[in-house]
Parts: sequence; structure tokens; C-alpha cells
Amino acid sequence: MSEPTNALGGVRYDGIAMIEEAGPRGMVTLRGDLDAPAFQKVAIGVAGVAFPARRAIVLDGDRGLAWMSPDELLLMMPYEAAGDAVAALGERLGDAHHLAVDVSDARAVFRVSGGAAAREVLAKLCPVDLSPAAFEPGQIRRTRAAQVPVAFWMADDDSFDLVCFRSVARYVFDLLSTAAAPGGTVGYFRHGA
Amino acid sequence: MLIVECPNCGVMAEETELVPGGEAHLKRFGPESSDADFESYLFQRENPRGVHFERWRHAHGCGKWFHAARCTQTLEVFGTYSAQTTEPPQDIRERVTAKRPGWTWRTLS
Repeated sequence: MSEPTNALGGVRYDGIAMIEEAGPRGMVTLRGDLDAPAFQKVAIGVAGVAFPARRAIVLDGDRGLAWMSPDELLLMMPYEAAGDAVAALGERLGDAHHLAVDVSDARAVFRVSGGAAAREVLAKLCPVDLSPAAFEPGQIRRTRAAQVPVAFWMADDDSFDLVCFRSVARYVFDLLSTAAAPGGTVGYFRHGA
Repeated sequence: MLIVECPNCGVMAEETELVPGGEAHLKRFGPESSDADFESYLFQRENPRGVHFERWRHAHGCGKWFHAARCTQTLEVFGTYSAQTTEPPQDIRERVTAKRPGWTWRTLS
């Protein structure tokens, strides 16, 4: 098997917030009937974490399970484990209607850290209420960053993990870097977390 | 600028996160239909000034379609509801009536 390579070679930018390319990370898209107990059981078993509520993400170290839409989940795991996860899902779900795809190589992952400044960087790019009262750890939000689709969640109280399509990784990194340029502090969230 | 709640994922989505899908509750007339029905299906739209029912897709979010009832004059959104229906549900109609008594749209009122 070939060596996994990050889209941008692990670039970073240090501005009002720190932008770092993370990954490679194992990601598996799983679609099916999210309300079916048998389906939930398999998803929990393969992901190794609890089942997320609507718009929620459950994280445990490098494993995670995120609610992406009413019929779609995203499983996260170490990069090497993605292939086995897809095989396990196919085996355990059997004839139940589902779709499981290893999308690890289709994505780029960025870490945006810096507390309130990290919130500001994303708030400049996404039409999302990022105030500490509205967006907290445990939530996932699919939206757009400027012109491309992204999804993000909080990795901890001060930082965000953001995923986008690998083909637009440079665009997204440049967007984040520009939004995090020195002097770009707005101060809108400073009274928050 | 519209802010619409997606009934599929519950997000208060801003307009740029959505893609408009045109008028709601069209009945499709395909092959074998009369020319008049086919023309009406393809081209005839309400284009109202006031209460309107539309299809929208949460394209940059959960990706799902839904319906929205809104006012084209004030951009007020009365409510959103499932895409899996052929007419606005009663609670949406009541909400529209509360805000715009005497409204009409196609055969609805």
C-alpha cells in the first residue's frame, strides 16, 4: 500500500489563531436507516463510541462518530483502520440497506486553534452562529466556508477540527490563513469562553 | 436575506447555505399527457406577490430537500415542512392565515 500523504504536506499558519493541516485521518461515510436499532448497534460497534444525537458528534481520542444528515453518519478512526471498518460494516450490516465508503483520501483536515480567535476565524467564513453559547464541543456543523462545503466541530474548548474536500484544500487553507492574518481580531467573542 | 430552519436537521440556515428549488407542489405531467397539461406543468407558475410555497435544498448542510412557506413581498418565512408531502400541512396553513388573513395560493386559501 502506498504511503498516505496530506494534501498540503502538513502546512501551518500562525496568526491570530493557529491553522494546521492535520491528518491523514481515517473517515468512513455510512448511510442507512439511522433510526433502526440494528443499524445503530453496528455503527456503535464499528466506531467504538456512542451513537450521536441529531447534529452531534461523539469523540473518543482518534475515534469518532458524527451525525451528518438524517440518513448519514461519519465514522472517524486511525487512517490504517478505515479499510477494515468498511469491511466490518459490510459484513455486520449484511442485507440491510446501507452504503459504506472509505472517504479518507477524499478529505483534508484542518485544526484551527486559539479559543475566541478560532471562533472568529470560522465566523468570518461561515454563515453560522459561533458564539460560545450557540456552538459548543459535541456539536458538528456542515456548512460552507466562502464558496466550498465544509464541516467542523470542536476538538476541545479552544480548537476546531474542520474537514473539506481534498481538491479544495489549498483554497480552504488560504481562506483560513487570510481570516487569521495578524490584525484581524474582531473581538466579538472575547467575553465568551 | 432569508433565514430558514431546515426541518431535516434543525439548523437555522442562512440563505447562502441553501439552494432554491422553485415552486412547490407541482403535479408532474409526463408522456401521454395533453399538450395543455404538459405546458402548464413546464411553464405555468404562480409568481405571487405575497404568500408563496417553495422547495429548497439544504445544499451546504444536510443536503436534503424541504418546503418553505414565505411571503415574497416581505421575505417573512412562515414555516418549513417536510418535502414528502403534496400540500402544505394544516399547522403551516394556520400560521399563514394568522399572519395573512384571506391569503390564496392556487386552489388553497
